[in-house]
Parts: sequence; structure tokens; C-alpha cells
Amino acid sequence: MEIPYTTQPREDTGLYNAKLGIWLFLASEVMLFGALFSSYILLRVGAAEGAWPHGLMNIPIGTFNTVVLITSSVTVVLSWAALKLGNFKRYQKIQAVTVICALGFLGIKTTEYNEKFHHYEIWFNEPMTVAEHPNLMNQSFVEETTINKELIGTVPSLIGHLNYIDKDGEKHHAGIAWTLATLKEKEIEEIEFELDTFHYRIPARIQAQIKKSGKYDKGEHETIRVQVSDLRRMSAFVPAHSTFFAIYFTMTALHALHVLAGAIVIAYILWRNNKLWKRDPERYTNRVEVSGLFWHFVDLVWIFLFPILYLL
Amino acid sequence: MSDDHSSPEYIEAAKKKYWKVFWVLMFGTFITVAMYFVYFEKMWQTVTVALLIATAKATCVAAIFMHLWGEKKLVYQILYATVFFFIGLMWLTLWAMNDAPFMTEWVR
Amino acid sequence: MQATTTEKTEHTEHHDHHHHDIGFLRSYVFSTDHKIIGIQYGVTALAFLLFGFFLVLLMRFQIGYPGETIPVVGGLLEKLLGDVAAEGKMQPDLYNAFGAMHGTIMVFLGVVPLAFAAFGNYVVPLQIGAIDMAFPRINMVSYQCYAAGGVIMFVSFFIPGGAAQAGWTSYSPLATVIPTNGQTFWILGMVMLITSSLLGSVNFIATIIQLRAPGMTWMRMPFFVWTQFITGFILLLAFPPLEAASVMQLMDRLFDTSFYLPSGLVLSGQPVTQISGGGSPLLWQHLFWFLGHPEVYVLILPAMGVVAEVLACNARRPLWGYRSLVYSVLAVGFISFIVWAHHMYVTGMGTKISTFFQTTTMIISIPSVIILTCLFISLWGGSIRFNTPMCFALAFLPMFGIGGLTGLPLGFNFADLLLHDSYYVIAHFHYVVAPGTIFGLLAGVYFWYPKMTGRLMNEALGQVHFWASLIFMNLIFMPMFAQGMAGMSRRMSDGGAVYAAQAEGMVNEGVIGALSASVIEWNKSITFAACGLMIAQIPFIINFFWSMNNGRKATDNPWNATTLDWQTPTPPPHGNFDKPIAAYRGPYEYSQEGHPTDFTPQNQPDPVKS
Repeated sequence: MEIPYTTQPREDTGLYNAKLGIWLFLASEVMLFGALFSSYILLRVGAAEGAWPHGLMNIPIGTFNTVVLITSSVTVVLSWAALKLGNFKRYQKIQAVTVICALGFLGIKTTEYNEKFHHYEIWFNEPMTVAEHPNLMNQSFVEETTINKELIGTVPSLIGHLNYIDKDGEKHHAGIAWTLATLKEKEIEEIEFELDTFHYRIPARIQAQIKKSGKYDKGEHETIRVQVSDLRRMSAFVPAHSTFFAIYFTMTALHALHVLAGAIVIAYILWRNNKLWKRDPERYTNRVEVSGLFWHFVDLVWIFLFPILYLL
Repeated sequence: MSDDHSSPEYIEAAKKKYWKVFWVLMFGTFITVAMYFVYFEKMWQTVTVALLIATAKATCVAAIFMHLWGEKKLVYQILYATVFFFIGLMWLTLWAMNDAPFMTEWVR
Repeated sequence: MQATTTEKTEHTEHHDHHHHDIGFLRSYVFSTDHKIIGIQYGVTALAFLLFGFFLVLLMRFQIGYPGETIPVVGGLLEKLLGDVAAEGKMQPDLYNAFGAMHGTIMVFLGVVPLAFAAFGNYVVPLQIGAIDMAFPRINMVSYQCYAAGGVIMFVSFFIPGGAAQAGWTSYSPLATVIPTNGQTFWILGMVMLITSSLLGSVNFIATIIQLRAPGMTWMRMPFFVWTQFITGFILLLAFPPLEAASVMQLMDRLFDTSFYLPSGLVLSGQPVTQISGGGSPLLWQHLFWFLGHPEVYVLILPAMGVVAEVLACNARRPLWGYRSLVYSVLAVGFISFIVWAHHMYVTGMGTKISTFFQTTTMIISIPSVIILTCLFISLWGGSIRFNTPMCFALAFLPMFGIGGLTGLPLGFNFADLLLHDSYYVIAHFHYVVAPGTIFGLLAGVYFWYPKMTGRLMNEALGQVHFWASLIFMNLIFMPMFAQGMAGMSRRMSDGGAVYAAQAEGMVNEGVIGALSASVIEWNKSITFAACGLMIAQIPFIINFFWSMNNGRKATDNPWNATTLDWQTPTPPPHGNFDKPIAAYRGPYEYSQEGHPTDFTPQNQPDPVKS
């Protein structure tokens, strides 16, 4: 006995079972991501003055990933159209692009994560006076721009790459996601910080201004030595860094899981399910449509994630 | 699904539409990123513009790619309910978090 | 599809599903048949209910006799759990773990799976005339997720440090900062359970929308199907926010994030410096109760549906106000999403928002009262059969009434400020869920047992079970109202003994106020009543297993009921109906004039028309 309406739509609803099922599932997904979006807004609105980090994201990579995902979305729908026209070969070609895009997205996301894990922020017990540490500023581009006030004076924290000095006074690169506890465990007393001031302290529009003025001299690798005992807290750009990174990693990781799941399903239908096309082409097309609906939803979530996490 | 939605002519026309949407989305992305370098006086202006663009893009994806445009009534009913509850969740939570008891105020 | 002959359907069934030659594992363990899955859910859920009850029995002993060795099982507990039960005495940590897990198990592993998944799976496809659920394999995975969640929760008792201790509500920061792994297990278990109910609810809704038999219009659906339909939507849309919240709590615990940890957090007098801070403890509460309150209706609506079926059948009367019942249940479903913050009045809510939530809370009581009133009026003029399922269904009405009405003071913030976190709250929601929902579900077990097994349950044992349960339930929960109003706080491992010490002049530091000895004395009588309730379940357990092979043989329709689930062979075969089925009339045509019997099945065509 066959369950009715697996392929043909039921007359009064106009839908076949799987299509109704996927829409119900997507409704639930809306609530899942909706709760996370609500949490994002709430944490951000509730953040103390100046506590919400800005400009820590790599915008070119994020933009490229957006383009990749949009491309995959259009290939999914075009492959479905090819199936509707009965052109299986063409469907296979286009849908393969979708899978490649999905894997590309995940690969790019991985390198982006990795880049984040290698950046550190250190907070001092007492705010550090910039004037005493000329290295903190890249004089050539700071002096003549409007941002003097933002950098001169005292800073509560610095951003950059972490090296540590061992007992023999030798310098080593630190691993990923270290904290103060790690330093204490390894009995490290002094660290050397490679400053990344330009990218992470200056608002993007002013960065652009500086670059245009031609005074940009990549002052990224100036260093400063700090005693561990002067540090209040240290964190890589990992979820524990701030509520911003917490929600960033939670949302993008959950989204990446959806990308992975979608890619697996699409690839399975594409390469492991061909017998169904010969036996029941309409049902096969429906499967492609339903997996496509899920894929578009994943794209749709990213359309919101990109501006709120990277740009705002 | 009625026949006119799966006829070859309809699909061929739809394919053109999909490409159009693709370029609209690309343009939307470009605008969003460009926005980042445009300076607005107030934060809420930036947020509004960015979310408007994102919503427009999302609408395109939902309406055209997901075939919501002309979808059956039932799907709309499910989505209306979902949107209602989603707005309830977000709006009431935010309201509760920003409504301090009488004669008090939130300290951040 | 409907025109296929019986012979042909059997043939295709054999080839498409290979059901007859697939062996024990595929037919009973990895079955995709909705009836087998329903029974799997039912048996597992009943076992978990018993387990959850056992936990609270131990807690009741500790409350009645703080710090004394637990009789009978004390030694066993020490062997199994170690130091937290040293010398067979319950340490506060163990009490907290049992308290948290009692709530979790009863709600998420006991009542919801029994009410929604077990009865829903077994009965809904039969009642709407479908051959199975819309997505049978997803249905199987749903049960497996539930089983996995159950195993994770159960195993967590035996890991070092024991199970979760932060209450079933798992409020952060407490739940985040407890160093043992119980809470992490709890979260992982919840994620599995949420996945399970997500898959289940998609399946239920799709089945009810798509697979109704010809003629089974929306207003011909039995009320039970309606309640399951709405419950499905609640689970579908209210659970995901808790999933998101759980993921964030998991991040807090495993990756040291600060979603729920505010800046300036102080733990045991020590400021916490190595976290980023900036989170919000209230965020957890909002997301939790966004599920938590609709969850109450997930618990109660299916029970109402069962009670409606049993009442109509055994009163031999159509349900009074079927349409108002349907619209009420729709209204309850909708409004249940916007009342949640009435659990949070003491968190410091503003006047405007608390007015909003008080208003919606009062509004939602209206459809609930309509449902209860309709069920009461349905009895009027009926020729009632007082069999065991009917007794449980009848007891549901006043018990749920007590539970519901005592909830009203909690819906007003000024009264709630006094009653919050007291035994009054415990009494209130237990009246709704224990003698309310569980009585409704027991009515369902006795009612559908003959359909599932082909044999009726023993009536004498059933009556003993019913009367003993009813009496002991009230002896347990009625005094708690008084204790709560006297100011006795919940979640105290010594049952308020510190307050008694205060009354006797023994001043304990940090204890304000006192409870009179008579209030504390109730703890002992409640403990005895709880033991009585446990003993009262023994006839049920015996009945449940004994009747499978020795009960009176049931006909296809032993209760002379009208709905489609009784118009099948008993027990129903794979594919459910031996002939194509359609509905020609409403679900409750009992005692209709001009019909030879006092019931007219839904699939009986109108003689005039055919």
C-alpha cells in the first residue's frame, strides 16, 4: 500500500507531502535562527558603551563568500529548471557547480576562522598610556588624520599577534586560543605583541581615507613587550573573546552546519539517487525542488548574517 | 500544480527571471558593502538602510527562487503564523528587557 | 488509490515494504509502522514516568525526614551513586539533581512523548483514515532521537558529579557555572529531544493536512486530532528558540562565552575576571519560557483530546459545542506564544510589559474555560458508563479545574510576587499535569488498550487503580497549597526544617521568617501519600502486562465508538484498513434519532443518499 500524495499534489492543498513537510521544517528553522537574531539584537543593544567590537571582520572574504552562496542559489534553481525540461545531463552539470560552491564556501569559512584564531586582544590592569609607547602608533599615518584623538591618550586593550619570550629570552609564536591561564601554566612572564593597529583600531571609512592619502605604510609589525603580570585578560578571537564573537561563531557555525547538511543532501540526490530518475522522474524532480528550497533558505539566512555580523 | 507552471515555455521564461534575480542579488551585495564606507550621522540610519537592502534581497530569493510568488495558500498560512510568533518573540523580549520597573532604570 | 481491491493492496504491500519477511528487528525495533512506533513511544514514556516518580519519592522522603537514611533503597543508592548518597542519606547535591531530573524526565521524557508521540502516532492516522504517517522513516528517526535523548539523560546520573542540578528550568548563570558535567549532558539530551519532537511535529502536521480520508473535512475531524494538530504547531515553533538557547548555554559551558553571564559577575564572593561578560541571564529565561509556556499546552491539550473522546463515547452523547471546542483550542494555541513572561514577574519587569503579559494570561484562561465547560455540559443527559477510562476522564475535569483556577493568582504579578517559588506553585502545576494530564492519558491507555492488543484491561484492577490514585493524588497536592501560602519555599532539600528551627528559637544565620510546626508536619503526611500513590500504580502495572495475554478478548469496536479508529480490525494490520475508508458524517454521532444503534460510525454512509 502506497502513501498517497508523495508525488502528485493533493487537490485541496495543492501540495505534495514533501513540499508541505519542508515548508513546515523551514518555519521551525525561521524560529531557530529568529531566536538567535533576537539574542544578537538583545546582546548588542544591552552592551555597555563601547563594549561591542567593530571592524574585526574580513569584509572582502565575507563579500566573496556571499557571492559564492548567491551563485549556488541560482544554480540550484536552474538545475531544477533543467530537470523540469527533462534535460538530466544539464541538471547534473549545473548541480555539480552548486556542490562545488558549497564546499568552497565551507573552505573559505575555515580559513576565515583560522585567521581569527591567530589574532589576540590583551587587556591591561591599568589603561596603558600611549605617549609612553610610541610603537603603539604608526606615527606617519596617525598624525595628520582625524583619528589622533582616538589613539592618543590611554588604551585599555591592544590587538595583534602573540609571541612569547621563554626563560632564555628567546621569542616563539604562540599557539591558538591561548588565555592568561595558558601563559601561567607555561610559566611565561613576558610576551611580545605584534600590533595590528591599523586594521583593528581605526574605523573602516578612515582606513579608506588614509589609504587614499598615500600615507599608508603598513605599520602592522611594530611590536611591544608586555609583562604578563600587567595583563588583566587575554583572549584570541574565539567565542570567549566577547559577546560579539560568541554570537558570530555560534551563528556562522550553525549556518555552516546547514550548508554542510544541504551539500550532503544535494550531492546524495545528484550522484546516488539516479535510479529514481529512471523510475519516477517526477518524484526525483520533487526531491531536487525540496532540497533546493532548503538551500535557498540557507542562502537567505546568510543574506541577513553578512550585514549584521560583518558590516554593522 | 497547474499545467502552465510546468510547461516548457513557462520554465524557459522562468530561467531568464532567475538570472535577473541573480544580478539583482549581486547588485544588492555590492550596495551593502559600499554602504559600509558611506558615513551616516546616526547608527540607526545605517542599520535601517542595511536591513532594508537585506530584506529586499531576501524577498527576491523567497519570492522567485523559492517560488513563494504564486505559492499555495496553505504555505502562506504557515508562514504568517511563523512570522507572527517570530515577531512576538523578538519584540516582546526586547520590550521586556528595556522596560524597567517603576521608579528604576537599567544600569549597563 | 481508494479503488484498489483488498487482494491487490496486500500484494503491493508485500512487495513495496517487504514487511512480512523482514524479521523481528525491522518489525519491532526499526519499524516504520506508525502503530509500532506509537507503542514504542508509549512503553518508553510510561517507563520514564515511573522512573521520574521514583526519583520524587526519594525526594519526598528527604523532605519529610531530612538527613535520615532512606529505607529499602538507601544502600543501593550509595552503591550506585557514591558519596552523594553516603550512608544511604540524600546529600543536598543529590536532592538538587533528582529535582532537576524529575522535572525534565516527567515533562520531556514522560508526558510529552506519551501524550503527543505515543497516542498521536497510534491514534491520529487511524482517526483520519490514513494508512500511515506522511513520512514513515522520519517517524522512525524521531523515536530514535527520543531514545538517544533518554539514554543521555539516564546515563548522566552515573557520571562523576551526577546529573544536572540547576532545576528543570536550568537558569543561568547557575547552570553555567556548576563545574560538573551533568548540565552538559542535560543540554545534549535536550538537543536530541528537541530534534525528535521537531521531526515528529512536521510529520503529524503533514499527515493531518495531507492524508485525511475522503470526506474527512476539517470539521469532521475528531477533537483529539485537532488537539494533536495544534500541539504539533506549538512544538514546531516554540521548541527551536529553546534549541538556540541550549546551544548558547553549551557555548557558555564548553567555550567560555558569556551569553548568559553579565559583566561584574561574582561567584562565591570572588569576582569572575576571565570571561568577557556582557551577557544577559534574562535572555535564557525569555528563550526558555518562550518554549516553557507553550509546553504547558503541549502537556494539557492532548489530554483534553483524549478526555473528549472518552467522554463522548461513554456518555453516549455528541460533544457539546464541537465548533467552540475547535476554535478554543486554536485560540489557546495562538495565545500560548505570547504569555510566557508571567513566569518572570519577579525578575524586575516594568509595569507596561507586565500589564501586557497579565492581560494575555487572563485572556488565555477564557478558551481553556470554554473547553472545560463544553466537556462538562457534554455529560448532561447522557447515559454514562462508569468504566475505568471514563472514571479517569471524569476525574480529569475537576482536577484540571482546580489546577487551572489556582493558576489565576499566579497570573497576576502582585499575587505572584508572594506565591512565586513556593509550594503553591508546585501544587498548582501538579494539579494541571499529574491528576490532570496523567489522568487523561491513563484514560487513553485504558481506552485504546483493546485496539492495540486485542484484549480489554481488567476492570476490577482498573477501578482499584483509579480510586487509590485519585485519593492519594489529592492527599499529596492539596496540602501543598496551604504550605505554599504559609510561605514554604520550593527547592529546599530539608523541606523547610531551617525555618522550623527559627520558630523554635534556634536562630540560624541568614534565615528570615518562620514556618509553624503544623506546616512542616504536612511534609510527613505528603510523603506517606506519595508512597500510597506508588503502591496504587502496582495494580495498573500488573493489569498492563497480565491483560496482554489474559484479558477479555476485545471485538473490533468494544466501546461502540463512532470514530474511524474503531472501524478497523483489532489490532489493525499494516496499512490499517482492510477496505477503502471514507467519512460521511461528524465524529460524535451518538444516540442519533432514527438510527438502529445508539452510535453511527463516521464511515457509515447516509442511508438516504446511498
